[in-house]
Amino acid sequence: MSVTPISKVVTANDLRSGEVIYLRFPHDWTLELSKASVITDVDLAQAGLAYAQGQSNVVVGAYLSDVVAEADGPKASHFRDTFRSTGPSNYRHGKQEI
Amino acid sequence: MYQYSNFDHEFVAQRVAQFRAQVARRLDGSLSEEEFKPLRLMNGLYLQLHAYMLRVAIPYGTLNSRQMDQLAMIVERWDKGYGHFTTRQNIQFNWPKLEDVPDILQALADVEMHAIQTSGNTIRNVTADHFAGAAADEIADPRPVAELIRQWSTDHPEFQFLPRKFKIAVTGSPHDRAVTQAHDIGLRMTEQNGSRGFEVIVGGGLGRTPMIGKTLSPFVPLEDLLPYLEAVVSTYNLLGRRDNKYKARIKITTHEHGIDEIKQRVDAQFAKIKPMFSGADLQLLKDIERHFEPPKLKPAAPAGAAQTVAQTPAFRAWHDTNITAHKVPGYAIVSVSLKKPGATPGDATAAQMRALAQIARNFGHDALRISHEQNVILPYVHLADLPQVYQALRQADLATANIGLISDIIACPGMDYCALATARSIPVAQQIATHFEALTLEHDIGPLKLKISGCINACGHHHVGHIGILGLEKAGVESYQITLGGDAGAEAEIGTRAGPGFGADEIVPAIERLILGYLHLRADETESFLEAYRRLGLAPFKALLYPQEKKAA
Repeated sequence: MSVTPISKVVTANDLRSGEVIYLRFPHDWTLELSKASVITDVDLAQAGLAYAQGQSNVVVGAYLSDVVAEADGPKASHFRDTFRSTGPSNYRHGKQEI
Repeated sequence: MYQYSNFDHEFVAQRVAQFRAQVARRLDGSLSEEEFKPLRLMNGLYLQLHAYMLRVAIPYGTLNSRQMDQLAMIVERWDKGYGHFTTRQNIQFNWPKLEDVPDILQALADVEMHAIQTSGNTIRNVTADHFAGAAADEIADPRPVAELIRQWSTDHPEFQFLPRKFKIAVTGSPHDRAVTQAHDIGLRMTEQNGSRGFEVIVGGGLGRTPMIGKTLSPFVPLEDLLPYLEAVVSTYNLLGRRDNKYKARIKITTHEHGIDEIKQRVDAQFAKIKPMFSGADLQLLKDIERHFEPPKLKPAAPAGAAQTVAQTPAFRAWHDTNITAHKVPGYAIVSVSLKKPGATPGDATAAQMRALAQIARNFGHDALRISHEQNVILPYVHLADLPQVYQALRQADLATANIGLISDIIACPGMDYCALATARSIPVAQQIATHFEALTLEHDIGPLKLKISGCINACGHHHVGHIGILGLEKAGVESYQITLGGDAGAEAEIGTRAGPGFGADEIVPAIERLILGYLHLRADETESFLEAYRRLGLAPFKALLYPQEKKAA
């Protein structure tokens, strides 16, 4: 039983395109962090990560990323994950093109 | 320049076919990521922050116009219309899709290029002085030797699993433009009793433990060079640490065992393997040298051509900063800046690549170079053609007159792209360059090497910048440490950390205080930042960076 409050999403890179993707329960992947499923239960987080790691023909480098839940969806806690969710700052490439 | 032999073509074609099959097996699930990763890395394919990144070697920085045109085609067809030139004379594509990479490698092979050994614990792309073959101050063109080393090290069976990556740089000039003292092996051409050879420097490197290389041998005759290099690398291969990746580079091996023991071991190994070199290497070098014969140059500039220099103020400013003396009278070396203030250092669009290729065809004897300072060089331009070259560069937005000035910043991709980065580099470079452009102080400041890395691995060479900036994470935000007094030249030096880091919004004001303070501290207008630093030491510059501490004291 978990007692530590958590707020995480499962993220990875798409095997074919390399793009940053997020798990949307139960089995979908989305390009947008705002549409990712926020996980607040440790066991569920591990289950989500295990599911992603089992998808090795679809995704690469899955990990759990800390987020803060906000009204318009989760936001990354760490600036590295913020950059992953937005794209580079020198060109409007990656997710800024969506 | 070197033209592939049938063997080279066949070898590269085989590697493309192998990788095509490996990608297919990865995509159909036959290979796991664990199995595939070392295979993709052998072909220069990384997975970065937002996408895959393909790193392509530009051996000793040399390109022709056909190759540059092909790079333009590749970035338009399979990437986002631009490429990034790096501090190791490579080009990186930031957005390729995995399934397109075999086609990209084939397109590269079509113009005699590849991505082999641009990653992994192997001997990486051999780098060289970007003015090689053209510099007025060189003994001889070092590129035939660089090509010999490339051929020897490519797929060398003994050196595919070294303790760590291994970087070699070569210069033919006493004025070191190849940062040879910050490489695993640095080679400096010298002459002794009329015969040519190399000073062999070993154990230099930046990264988390920066070290200036030490001279292993002051003179290795040309005929002994390849067996000597093989002796060095095989000594390291056995002696280098494999228990800790942070202690695995030859700089640590040299530090832990001492240069004398390394020398003893290398000499013993050399004595053992030298008889195995039958002279085929020297025959090969002779064949290679024929590929590097200088182009047929035009007669010296007609009288009065120099007066074309005095056309417009903009042309004169560009001429003052971007032109270097050539070994051949009547010719100039043109440095094309990829550092327009506000642009990403080292990036060129497809249109710019095509313009550079066209200029090289029309005015540059088809020769292009990529510098470790992330600029493009036209090594053979007739003085009479300079105004036309300038106009053509201007049309391609490539006529920035800032070579060697504060906005000619080296910057690694940082956390905008790199999975290893701890902070961004590109926005810091953009802000510093645009800030000093707005202050119109750049030419008054004079020669200044500012180098930015987005992590301790130091791809942006910050340790050897006159001003170095290192981006780190501190308490969950980006923080930037400043080092001062580094030098990448012939007497290379590691800079000294000035003090605590600055936040992302504090770094540009800190650099401004430093530079404005230097303008007051310098003895006169001819004393460069580095000279002033060397004369005065860290203290007055530190006081500029941390004025609060001075007040508190």
